[in-house]
Amino acid sequence: MGIIKAFKLGFDYFKYDEDGNVQEMQRAVDDINLDIEAGSFVAILGHNGSGKSTLAKQLNALLLPSEGTIWVDDMDTSKEQELWKIRQKAGMVFQNPDNQIIGTVVEEDVGFGPENMGVPTEDIWKRVGDSLRKTGMTAYRHHSPNKLSGGQKQRVAIAGVMAMRPQCIVLDEPTAMLDPNGRHEVLEAVSELNKKENVTVILITHYMEEVIHADKVYVMDSGKIVMQGTPREIFSQVERLKEYRLDVPQVTLLAHELHEAGVDIPEGILTTEELVSALCQ
Amino acid sequence: MSIELKNVTYTYSPETAYEIHALKNINLVIPDGQFMGIIGHTGSGKSTLIQHFNALIRPTSGTILYNGEDIWEEKYDRRKLRSEVGLVFQYPEHQLFESDVLSDVCFGPMNQGLSREEAEKEARKALAHVGFKEEYFSKSPFELSGGQKKRVAIAGVLAMNPKILILDEPTAGLDPKGRDDILDQIQLLHKMRGITIILVSHSMEDIAKYVERLVVMNHGEAVFDDTPRKVFSHYQELEKMGLAAPQITYIMHALKEKGLDVDVNAITVEEAKDSILKALKKGGKADD
Repeated sequence: MGIIKAFKLGFDYFKYDEDGNVQEMQRAVDDINLDIEAGSFVAILGHNGSGKSTLAKQLNALLLPSEGTIWVDDMDTSKEQELWKIRQKAGMVFQNPDNQIIGTVVEEDVGFGPENMGVPTEDIWKRVGDSLRKTGMTAYRHHSPNKLSGGQKQRVAIAGVMAMRPQCIVLDEPTAMLDPNGRHEVLEAVSELNKKENVTVILITHYMEEVIHADKVYVMDSGKIVMQGTPREIFSQVERLKEYRLDVPQVTLLAHELHEAGVDIPEGILTTEELVSALCQ
Repeated sequence: MSIELKNVTYTYSPETAYEIHALKNINLVIPDGQFMGIIGHTGSGKSTLIQHFNALIRPTSGTILYNGEDIWEEKYDRRKLRSEVGLVFQYPEHQLFESDVLSDVCFGPMNQGLSREEAEKEARKALAHVGFKEEYFSKSPFELSGGQKKRVAIAGVLAMNPKILILDEPTAGLDPKGRDDILDQIQLLHKMRGITIILVSHSMEDIAKYVERLVVMNHGEAVFDDTPRKVFSHYQELEKMGLAAPQITYIMHALKEKGLDVDVNAITVEEAKDSILKALKKGGKADD
């Protein structure tokens, strides 16, 4: 039984005129079925406007389905009495670090979540300490968040989610605004949480290189899931991904171009090591 | 015709406990028609630097010349400067405010003194140049997707017919196709209109693909200023600054190490492919 399941999920955005009548309706998520295994690392790809974020916001009941059902750890998100439990199970991290940090000191920011949940004080401090350690931010505990780099701010945001002890963490383009180093730091932290703490990770991104180690990749287009499989299965279809306005990692593209030019190497190469061993046997 | 920075220094909160030297003794000449890239980690001084180019920030010391004239001379027309040196900020949504796309793009040229009719002509031209479809001209800019908003913001600056276009991470948060589309359009504008482009980016792959000159900022200093090929050959130093080289650079170095005679200075997929094919042929491994 998956930690997150969706059945025939649909979501509509409405545009109203001045009198409150529906002027336009747009289907953002359409007929989505999901079964995400606890402890797995799942990536969602898709172009701008393909419905990724709308789907993500339904994973912790920030949006409720217009159609179909979504269950987080067996709880139906449309049941209002489960709302807080659901948000505790599935935490969310957004793109812009500056929009999700509220504390004036790092440890305060991280403690905000558990405090809000009514966790006893000494337990809060324990959780804050744990979360900062898990994200490698212990050294910044007493710093002011606005003096941190982008990657560090995102790790504070992740620590804040971790302090609520979620089983699942949804990251919506967490690295879009970061420099290469910041991107690396955040991915490293996320992958550690997945491996060591067995937290289920759902990563939405436009950087293809970030998903090569995922257990499963979903590709969205016009609100639907149009491809799913392992990174290798997905990235061996270079032309199809381009139709969906996506791309493959540079190394995969290079291998594909070499393959097309008649070099005897397999499709779906994902890392530099794989390419080197394919070319230099 | 150029921007020239001479010994430019900028200090935030000078002579207080919070004093930060954001720029230290920067010397740069950006000639007309160049496609220049700027990289640097968060807080390295990139954004502070580009805001000096159109007089949004006044240097603490040093001189900035535009076409040979000191832009901080008392009588200098900085308003005119800002219409010639256009700046597109990182968050295009902060730059949009009108009720429909066309009016938003018209704002700049009308501010320059054009009539609505003339401004509309410029706006339509600019929107066409960024690949924005006419059927969305009457939409509210706030209903658009991230990629479309960026296009409108860029068009808004282009409509003023700038001679220099500065873009601060124009592709952050865009999907791969949207990213390529916008950068291809910018390159086309660079070629068609001969505009000088200054591109700030965190994507080393984009920098490698488009720019002819690359400046690397670190702790407020311009530590490298050369062709991207030369700059990326210092990839180990770049890593120490929280940066990196394009993935291709790492691939080529790894292949070379394993004995394949490839050009380690290749920085794009295309160059790498050619170099590998050549090396394989020499070694007799290619199929033909």
